Amino acid sequence: MLRVLAFLLLAATVSWVYAKEAAPAAADPALEQRVMTLASELRCLVCQNQTIADSNAPLAEDLRNQVREKMRQGASDAQIVDYMVARYGDFVLYRPPLKLTTALLWFGPLLLLAAGFVVLVRRVLRRRPAQDLEMTASERKRAAELLAGNEAERR
Amino acid sequence: MNRFILPLAIFAALIALLGVGLTLNPREVPSPLIGKSAPHFELPQLRESAKTFTERDMLGKVWVLNVWASWCVSCREEHPVLLDLARNGSVPLYGLNYKDKREDGLAWLTSMGDPYQLSIYDFEGKVGIDYGVYGVPETYVIDKLGVIRYKRIGPLTPEVVKEKLLPLVQELGRA
Repeated sequence: MLRVLAFLLLAATVSWVYAKEAAPAAADPALEQRVMTLASELRCLVCQNQTIADSNAPLAEDLRNQVREKMRQGASDAQIVDYMVARYGDFVLYRPPLKLTTALLWFGPLLLLAAGFVVLVRRVLRRRPAQDLEMTASERKRAAELLAGNEAERR
Repeated sequence: MNRFILPLAIFAALIALLGVGLTLNPREVPSPLIGKSAPHFELPQLRESAKTFTERDMLGKVWVLNVWASWCVSCREEHPVLLDLARNGSVPLYGLNYKDKREDGLAWLTSMGDPYQLSIYDFEGKVGIDYGVYGVPETYVIDKLGVIRYKRIGPLTPEVVKEKLLPLVQELGRA
């Protein structure tokens, strides 16, 4: 019991520590909400698999501040996204735009799925039904004996 | 025999794809700023904080802007290359001291040598954001019309300077 309690306490501290690290300057909760929503769509270029909402890298912090500042000035989400793309390219977007260069990215998985499906269908169609093998009389007799033996053993 | 050919071909293609993938550097994100006007800035200089410097001062010249910081480990590695470039004298080199403490930046230049005509001081990193800086050091080549022609992410090496930067500067100088 004590152990469980200690563990829970520890777990709570850990999450608290993490929560604190990415703490936004929560002056205006509605604005903060908007900042974090948009920030979670933008990639941090320093730690490339994190959004700027998750990341504690100094650059991510700067970019969050930049987003906040732009929002205070009345910029729309789309304008801020454009601002980021103009500086860092499409790579900052967690959802890259649909373009010729990103078509493979968007449709590649679908293509793989389709290819897998084609292979599956072809295999299934090609598979011939297994031939019905007639048992000979002696085989039948032996099978019956074995089954009977099993029954006897169980009893 | 025949039935092995297709899987083998697929396997070979996969290996080739992954092999190429291994040689690419995911940190190098193509900059959308190439071919665009260098974003405007007007920042105080590192040495003389009362004076400012702007990219407009450099119109009509081909120049190199190098983003550096005293806390940046790769900058240490890059520094001798910059000193060589400055000694070579074929292109004016300006520094952008990025998110640094002024005294740290100055101490760095004193102890390691100062390759820059001057450095500007971007404490908040705002100009860094405008230039799409995310991995110091970064280096930009800007042409006579103030257009960014080349960006290097990560430290300059003697090879990059010799094979990319200097030929480009020469070509732009003729234009």
